[in-house]
Amino acid sequence: MQSGSMEQTAHLTDADVWQALADVHDPEIPALSIVDMGIVTKLDVSAERITVTITPTFVGCPALEMIKQTITERLSEFPVKEVEVRVDYTTPWTTNRLTEQGRAVLRSLGFAPPPRFEGEFEPAILLNASCPHCGSTNTTLRSPFGPALCRAIYLCNDCHQAFEQFKPL
Amino acid sequence: MTADHRAALEDLLFRMADDALIYGHRNSEWTGLAPILEEDIAFSSIAQDKLGHALALYHLLTDLGNPDPDTLAFTRDEQQFRCCHLVELPTQDYAVALMRHALFDYAEQNRYALLEQSTYQPLAELARKVRGEIKYHVFHASTWLRLLGNEGTDESRMRMQAALDMLLPYALGIFEPSPYEQELRSAGIFPGEEELKQRWLEDVVPLLESAGYRLPAIETIEPAYGGRRGYHTEHLQPLIEEMTVVFRIDPDAEW
Repeated sequence: MQSGSMEQTAHLTDADVWQALADVHDPEIPALSIVDMGIVTKLDVSAERITVTITPTFVGCPALEMIKQTITERLSEFPVKEVEVRVDYTTPWTTNRLTEQGRAVLRSLGFAPPPRFEGEFEPAILLNASCPHCGSTNTTLRSPFGPALCRAIYLCNDCHQAFEQFKPL
Repeated sequence: MTADHRAALEDLLFRMADDALIYGHRNSEWTGLAPILEEDIAFSSIAQDKLGHALALYHLLTDLGNPDPDTLAFTRDEQQFRCCHLVELPTQDYAVALMRHALFDYAEQNRYALLEQSTYQPLAELARKVRGEIKYHVFHASTWLRLLGNEGTDESRMRMQAALDMLLPYALGIFEPSPYEQELRSAGIFPGEEELKQRWLEDVVPLLESAGYRLPAIETIEPAYGGRRGYHTEHLQPLIEEMTVVFRIDPDAEW
């Protein structure tokens, strides 16, 4: 058992850890992994320890503690002595960090993915959202705030369904 | 960092953290009570953002050797709070809540924008981080100012104007000078309350005027000072008692 662990440790690669991180999900949108969300900004993997740096989506996001804990639990399955999860703002999170796969997951759940933007976003880009149900762009922003800090509420004027957009940040 | 610079930095952080905590708490009072559902969600979300900012700022204070954030938020006396009077006021009138929201959040936006250049890196990083969140707060506030101003009814204009007239002295109290203005400037931590006030005026005066509100000459208004030195309105102590009631039942509880 011990020697087996040592061997595994010697071969532990960044790719192994990235793959394990893809098992850690956002408790508010459980189909979305933290890798798809782009909140992992740095990874240091050695035979002894794994250090993961994550950047919060919103400063007041209540899911953060749970995500930290889940990362620690998942990575503790690797035979390393220490797993450390750091949180810092050095790389501020923006929705441009969401991967294509993450955007596809959002659409499949009935969320409009956040529009990509260049440079600084202006809240006015919130006014343009495509309905994830029928694809119409004839939509109305009902509120820039939603059931979670990262979501805004819309109404589609064509299919008359309410929907949410993961809002640009 | 010298002892003077450190004291200056801590004073600034307490002002900001206490503003965010108390303002966040006041906003949370609209949860379940706001006039329409979307506004209920908006004020609740903004409250959550502000508590997040307060927590991040208290963490910076903890890193400087102060007690942990819960101890700072829930065990200090009224006199130890450094928030301005504007955030303490109770709001039973939604017009007052919206007008305060605009006056306060334009100051927040400008304060954090100035702090993006701070030589104190942890604060500069936090300032860059919250920029996007505060854009939404300001977007929300300015939208309603217009909707209930030029684009509103006689009644909405009258109530918003009355709110503005009542709140202006308190809003100017945000910028109560610090005893450490010179230290903050010389260390490059923050360019100071007066510069912040000027930038705030450049934003709010055109916004208010274009939305159809009347503004008195700013220099004729006596600002409501005292909060930054621990002298508060009669409204802060009851707020603190309510905010800390659960914490005080069992301070050692694990949540």
